[in-house]
Amino acid sequence: MGPLSSRLFALESRRGWTVFMGLAAVLMAVVPVLNLAVPEDTWLHVPTFWVTTLGKFLCFAMLALALDLIWGYAGILSLGHGAFFGLGGYAMGMYLMRQIGERGVYGHPELPDFMVFLNWKELPWYWYGFDSFAFAVLMAMLVPGALAFVFGWLAFRSRITGVYFSIISQAMVFAMMLAFFRNEMGFGGNNGLTDFKDLLGFDLSASTTKVGLYVISALMLGLVYLLCRYVVTSKLGRVLIAVRDAESRVRFLGYSVTRAKLFVFTLSAVLAGIAGALYVPQVGIINPGEFTPAKSIEVAIWVAVGGRGTLFGAAAGAVAVNGAKSLLTGIAPEIWLFFLGALFILVTLLMPRGLVGVVRQWRERRAISKASHSDSHVSA
Amino acid sequence: MSLPDSSPSLPEPHHIAPETLLYLDGVSVSFDGFQALNSLSLIIDRGEMRAIIGPNGAGKTTMMDVVTGRTRPDQGEVLFADRIDLTALNETEIANLGIGRKFQKPTVFENLTVFENLSLALKADRRILTVLFSGISAEQTERIKQALETIRLTAQRDRAAGSLSHGQKQWLEIGMLLVQEPDLMLLDEPVAGMTDAETEQTVELLHEISSTHSLVVVEHDMNFVRDLDCRITVLDEGQVIAEGPMDAIQSDPRVIEVYLGR
Repeated sequence: MGPLSSRLFALESRRGWTVFMGLAAVLMAVVPVLNLAVPEDTWLHVPTFWVTTLGKFLCFAMLALALDLIWGYAGILSLGHGAFFGLGGYAMGMYLMRQIGERGVYGHPELPDFMVFLNWKELPWYWYGFDSFAFAVLMAMLVPGALAFVFGWLAFRSRITGVYFSIISQAMVFAMMLAFFRNEMGFGGNNGLTDFKDLLGFDLSASTTKVGLYVISALMLGLVYLLCRYVVTSKLGRVLIAVRDAESRVRFLGYSVTRAKLFVFTLSAVLAGIAGALYVPQVGIINPGEFTPAKSIEVAIWVAVGGRGTLFGAAAGAVAVNGAKSLLTGIAPEIWLFFLGALFILVTLLMPRGLVGVVRQWRERRAISKASHSDSHVSA
Repeated sequence: MSLPDSSPSLPEPHHIAPETLLYLDGVSVSFDGFQALNSLSLIIDRGEMRAIIGPNGAGKTTMMDVVTGRTRPDQGEVLFADRIDLTALNETEIANLGIGRKFQKPTVFENLTVFENLSLALKADRRILTVLFSGISAEQTERIKQALETIRLTAQRDRAAGSLSHGQKQWLEIGMLLVQEPDLMLLDEPVAGMTDAETEQTVELLHEISSTHSLVVVEHDMNFVRDLDCRITVLDEGQVIAEGPMDAIQSDPRVIEVYLGR
């Protein structure tokens, strides 16, 4: 085995790989089969709506992984990650808009409907190239990455840390929201981009396309998870933990804290962009609502609930909180925000290590009681 | 205020002797009107062990902050090795030049193991992508093993650094300095909070280290400094008031006044 494959193998313990592969099998094989192959009127059938909802959650899980990578390991609490997620989404949305072509309400061969409505005569330069899928995917990663690089460079170079960083990241996402609300920006203003028809020739309203997008989301989530594991288990991962715990000491060891943070922050933004790009075709719309500051704060809550600095917990937290949201907003929409607030307070006070921490504690306790039990057995 | 053209307090750097490793001249630092360093001048030679003593607020830690790039001096020259101007560099650049520092309060990375702490400090390429993709070589593992023996922490290798005793943390930090292989080591109160036995062992350890490294030790435990048996510089109010071997220092009337006269 080469050094890289052996490194990959060592990313997880035996037990970790078992769980990972088990989850992958359920998400990528069992769920699609239960949707496509099981007849609709049997109880085993998983409706397409559920599949798409789950696909959405998997994109949120990817976003949570991106945030956990910087918050849990490098101590950078970004409350503006919705900006990178949204930009990735807009890049994909722009491709989907251009795919509509003449099928729009106004039937213009090149201009999206909202541009025709605004009386624009030609496509703005920054919409060039988005008729190519490959270009759009590239931009879904490059644009968030570039914004994070510039923003991070300015912040980390000036040694802005902790709550100050969190506040300016909120300001950044808020500024993005205001900008994207403006019609003159050329991204559809308030309404955003929607009415998508197809992606690479696949009809977005078809069940098979929806299931396909879901499977790709699950696959990407797995790959993003392994990539994050690679980073945090590398020597750089230990440098990041050191930065989180004693930043100035790391400088005296000769590491550039600015560069380490900039690297991981930019990587995190790229991952958030990928999550956004996968999210948009599944929900069928992207609008400035994704840049609402509260949405970015919610991401931090997912990570805190699941367990910060554990990766797996962050992804699980995103799915759990969003699952609860779907359930609760269905039953009693008015209590959701109270529930979210209470959840955050309870988790902070009672389970500082999140769901993963609770499970670990429980497992340790069981191991201890087992050990003492077998001890007493021996002595008896 | 303009300085005269040929200021006598600022000699031209070209007469720095070749054996000089660290050269401070006329260094002043003030914080909100408090003069922490007042035209401090100090020379450390290659291979030398030097103890720096002085009462609280004498400027010992500020001097280290200036040398390691944490504090910028208002005035004065700080040169290292081949006349590298340290005042123009940041902490990371200075560390990579070969100046290592141990802090007054032991600062190890509590959530990492003893081994991981040492592996981070190990002299190696510090570029981010190299750090991301590099593993640890057999040679480096061996180097860490040696350091673990030197600092007597072999048995604690895989324990979280946060679970070590205070004295062991101090040693771990010294070990981190060792594997960093700096040309100059600055140690700020290495025996603070140690038991007598630990202090004795530390003296032994420092003697071992000084045979291969240049060391500057800041301390106010007089017995410890006597045991170090090296040249001593006494600071007071940001200035050098005496320099020499222990006997000369102890009989110096200014030193006696500073230490006993208050």
